[in-house]
Amino acid sequence: MPAQAEVVDVIARLALFADLSTAQLEGVAHVFEEAFFADGTRVLRQGLTGSGLYVILDGEAAIQVDGVERSTLGRGEFFGEISCLLDEPPVADIVAHGPLRCLVLPRPQVQPFLTAYPIVMFRMLQAEARKLRNTTKWLE
Amino acid sequence: MAGVEERPFPAGDYDLVIVGSGPGALQLSYSLTRLGVRHAVLSQDEAPGGMFRKWPVFQRLLSWTKPYAPQQRGTRAYERYDWNSLLADDGPARCVMPALMDGSSYFPSRPEMERSLATFAERAGVHVRYGCRWESTSRDGDRFVLGTTDGDYRTRVAVFAVGVAEPWRPPIPGLELAAHYGEQTSAESYADKRVFIVGKQNSGFELASGLLSWARQIIIASPSPTKLSVNTRTLVGVRARYVQPWEDYVLAGGVIILNAAIEEVTRLADGFRVKTRSSALRDLSELGVATFGQSRLPAQTPFWESATVPGIYFAGTLSQGAAGLKKYGIPSNSGAVQGHRYNARVLAHHLANRHFGVAPQRSTLRAEDLASFLLAEATRAPELWHQRSYLAHVVSLSGEVVDEGIAPLTHFIDAGGPDAVAVTVESNPAGDLYPAVYTRRAGAISEHLLEPDPLYEFESPSHHVALAAALEGLLPEPVRAGTAKTR
Repeated sequence: MPAQAEVVDVIARLALFADLSTAQLEGVAHVFEEAFFADGTRVLRQGLTGSGLYVILDGEAAIQVDGVERSTLGRGEFFGEISCLLDEPPVADIVAHGPLRCLVLPRPQVQPFLTAYPIVMFRMLQAEARKLRNTTKWLE
Repeated sequence: MAGVEERPFPAGDYDLVIVGSGPGALQLSYSLTRLGVRHAVLSQDEAPGGMFRKWPVFQRLLSWTKPYAPQQRGTRAYERYDWNSLLADDGPARCVMPALMDGSSYFPSRPEMERSLATFAERAGVHVRYGCRWESTSRDGDRFVLGTTDGDYRTRVAVFAVGVAEPWRPPIPGLELAAHYGEQTSAESYADKRVFIVGKQNSGFELASGLLSWARQIIIASPSPTKLSVNTRTLVGVRARYVQPWEDYVLAGGVIILNAAIEEVTRLADGFRVKTRSSALRDLSELGVATFGQSRLPAQTPFWESATVPGIYFAGTLSQGAAGLKKYGIPSNSGAVQGHRYNARVLAHHLANRHFGVAPQRSTLRAEDLASFLLAEATRAPELWHQRSYLAHVVSLSGEVVDEGIAPLTHFIDAGGPDAVAVTVESNPAGDLYPAVYTRRAGAISEHLLEPDPLYEFESPSHHVALAAALEGLLPEPVRAGTAKTR
């Protein structure tokens, strides 16, 4: 089966891209690159410049700060967006837990992508809002 | 060609088997032989050269070799200007390409490249069993069994250097009616025809360039806008050699470039059906070799071993499957000879050490020479210039200052180890080029990006000051005296 058709099928089911038409999904599959990470390999590295936005297609990843695991991410979740939006190195490592398949968008392409697909930007903002709400609850 | 009775490597048991006879396989075989690792090389072709025995379609390469360059021909520093010669440590196999070029272009012709690879194989004594087609792969205990047209080869370690997996064809209904890049024939056959090219990367623009003087009209289309290498400042994008159709388009000369998805292709008149191709990786996926992306590249560790099947390695353009850091999305040059020839040499050392107990040759440095050594490497080392942010020169700093040689940068960053420093060359989206220094201190990695320089001279006093700050506290105290020696 052609790789791009597979990617379109997978991302059509992810919340981040749920509002897009098939033609738009094909556009997304075209601008993102696919990457594969073996169990235990690092995807994002704390303190290193030049990262990107990652969306998990399949598998699980751990968020580690200074070597300590803080949380895990699964299919459909994304990471690296804060580093891209602020143009700062990531403040955590992201490590593959088992085989991990992601879509990757390099930082320089994140702004053009989000402005071209405002509905994806809105879904991303919603996800950030949930994270902020949960963090605020935790602080109370 | 040698007679059948002279063909090397009959079917049987081998420590290591390489499949392929393109630049990746030839480089790896040469480097393994220098390290004393016995191995067999098998190829379905009749002669060395791999893809260069046929392609590029219009018979001239995208990678240059400058016969006259700022560095002396035949030196290590000259390799930065010669993207096409395979690497020999010494002797007549070194720096083969420039002497074979006729001077009409600094991009060698396809026949010149084919001759260069054949000359390298001959002068370096690289032996290959030609006409031996790899057909299947299976396991037998701790061995892989490679089934071929000449019988079974059993081996502990298998390296596949068979080129990128398969010609990529977008999933567009009816596109199978069109000829793929790999099936193109003569430009003359397009005389006075309207030609629609799907795809805006180098192969699409190479075809358009070659057909400019023949086609009645050329339309180039794909969903994404054209990227030009002169704008991206990397090898991502259409190379300047093929930009003529773009100029034709912007000057309204007749070429049309569309940003559009192609929905369907149907046959209207004469056309020809293209046979479906099986994957170049044959049955490796059945062994568990994971692949990814459009080209179905095998997923790999930093040392080009399958991420899912230990003992299976990749060389040549397939080594792109080990992506490295890919900072800002900028890829390595592992898809081209000037990049993957260095991967092959590093892989040979890794295989020799890991599987055959060949101890790496290391030399010690005087601590007071470390900064000058690292900055000289950043300024001149061809490995770091051709494989930016991908290969690095590593020096370990536990007690002695030891030159550990060239290594994959992601391995240095992720694998842990004693205190050490690695230097490479990196670039950013603005096009700045600068040395990047990574220090490992009590297991923790820090990144230090030094200043760019318009002339790419990184040995200035200010670079020394910045590097000294990055290395502070890492060097053994007091600074040891003594001369460099090999151990």
